[in-house]
Amino acid sequence: MFPPLPNPSTTDMASRFSGKDLIRRSASNVPAPEKQLTEVAKLIDVSKCIGCKACQTACIEWNDTHPQVGDFTGAFENPPDLTPDMFTLMRYSEWDNPETNELEWLIRKDGCMHCADPGCLKACPAPGAIVQYSNGIVDFVHENCIGCGYCIKGCPFNIPRISKVDHTAYKCTLCSDRVAVGQGPACAKACPTQAIVFGTKDEMKGWAAKRVEDLKSRGFVNAGLYDPPGVGGTHVMYVLHHADKPEIYSGLPKDPKISPLVEAWKGVTKYAGLTVLGVAAGVGLLHHLIMGPNRVTEADEEHAEELTEGASHGRR
Amino acid sequence: MAADDLQPNERIHPGKPVIVDRYTVGARINHWITAASLVLLALSGLAMFHPSLFFLSRLFGGGQFTRFIHPWIGVVLFFSFLGLFLRFWKANLWRREDGTWLGRFRDVLTNHEDNVPEVGKYNAGQKLVFWSMSVLIVILISSGLLAWDQYFSQYTTIDQKRVAILVHSLAAVAIIGVWIVHFYSAIWVRGTIPAMTRGRVTGGWAWRHHRKWLRELVTKSGKGTGSSGSKPAE
Ligand code: HEM
Ligand code: SF4
Ligand code: SF4
Ligand code: SF4
Repeated sequence: MFPPLPNPSTTDMASRFSGKDLIRRSASNVPAPEKQLTEVAKLIDVSKCIGCKACQTACIEWNDTHPQVGDFTGAFENPPDLTPDMFTLMRYSEWDNPETNELEWLIRKDGCMHCADPGCLKACPAPGAIVQYSNGIVDFVHENCIGCGYCIKGCPFNIPRISKVDHTAYKCTLCSDRVAVGQGPACAKACPTQAIVFGTKDEMKGWAAKRVEDLKSRGFVNAGLYDPPGVGGTHVMYVLHHADKPEIYSGLPKDPKISPLVEAWKGVTKYAGLTVLGVAAGVGLLHHLIMGPNRVTEADEEHAEELTEGASHGRR
Repeated sequence: MAADDLQPNERIHPGKPVIVDRYTVGARINHWITAASLVLLALSGLAMFHPSLFFLSRLFGGGQFTRFIHPWIGVVLFFSFLGLFLRFWKANLWRREDGTWLGRFRDVLTNHEDNVPEVGKYNAGQKLVFWSMSVLIVILISSGLLAWDQYFSQYTTIDQKRVAILVHSLAAVAIIGVWIVHFYSAIWVRGTIPAMTRGRVTGGWAWRHHRKWLRELVTKSGKGTGSSGSKPAE
């Protein structure tokens, strides 16, 4: 078993990371931090999950959100999707394994992946509404959020949700407030089977390697770690028994990356757009400086007077 | 052919200088509502467009309100422009002389307007501005509605939203570009602004820039014989 994180002490503790540790800040530049924090990660071992939703409950509890009591729709998912009050969601799928002819019940804990290259942050237009710490945590800062929903368009995993109450975006924080004082995420703490463990990214990779090896020895030849390189790796990783087919786990993307549409929107459109407008304004100014105004002359007025008086001078 | 760019309100008041009525009060109010919405949309949109312009959101009392109000101004713009469209579309239909005018655009730019054909109420440049605005506003309202997450987020997939916002930002750049052309022409060609403020221009202005329109008005009002014109009276 993975050594659990110690319980918190009761004495006051300085935060382990702060605004000085930002490596990215939406719609702004940040100076490179003086020190690089150790990267952290949460590892979700799908093969160990029993679908009890203790993590979901712990997440609600810790973050003090108030999801509405839903309706039973014939599925185990509850609520049916992530919401501004539900940062993590157990998704259940039944998969007919064509090789063994057996039904497999696949349960995946959905939520923010804390991408190393976060599409949400790239898309966000509001300075400082999304930040990324050098330990890998991607966090939303609500007082800076304008509620535009661009993060939803930027995210390759369909994670952020906008609250209808305060019109700001919500998602899993990786319990940044707990991690800051040496604790692990609430969901990891609550998990009864250690399907969720938390530590440094290297530790988690090492732990995952052992789990993959174990799964392979049990006949899951395609077992593997999900740490998708298309988004630079993630700080929430999965151990999957069928790592060759992540889609069967309720649509986990096989090769997630920031959509080319988002790259075009946030890249060339902005630079080309501002250039075009700048040039248009500049050309106008230049034209005026060179050609001067186009003024109506006395002669023009006289012509008009003649025309309207109907005098037939035959002049043009 | 009876000129379809003539409006019943357009009258010639002989005198020194001659005064020509160009726009009714209704058309002017309609225009200025449209103009104000377009400028407010450009400012609020640009705040979200690029971080270096985010400060513009302060004009609207912060990012949250900018995000909230932008689409609503868009709705105002759409209906307001629809009004302008219904008023002006006929006079903006493409005519034979427009191609020639455009072909000699260099002469227009170098203040040699004598070398270009006489044009009616609108010249080819104005018509291009009119039609591109019309098309772009339709693109902006439709892509804007698709990106309006506060009310319509559930009707589109995320990929559709991505296309919508990309199209919206490209169309926005285009329409601001068209607006720059429109705005610049209005100040470069002196005597134009009063057309939209007081509704009237001088006869000299009309003679210089829209001679065919002036001749048609003269013919219609029967005040002149039209003998100085290049086309027969009546
Ligand atoms: C005609 C109706 C329009 C509607 C319904 C509309 C709606 C929207 C919406 C929903 C957004 C996303 C941000 C938000 O949630 O507020 C947006 C962004 C934007 N809009 Fe509009 N809009 C309209 C017209 C215009 C016009 C006429 C312009 C330019 C003059 C414009 C310029 C922009 C820009 C520059 C952005 C930012 C795009 C980006 O971030 O890349 N919009 N608009
Ligand atoms: S809604 Fe998302 S993209 Fe928009 S400001 Fe808030 S965090 Fe940024
Ligand atoms: S999963 Fe989505 S919301 Fe989370 S960091 Fe990645 S892009 Fe952002
Ligand atoms: S890390 Fe914290 S915020 Fe994220 S799912 Fe777990 S409990 Fe919720």
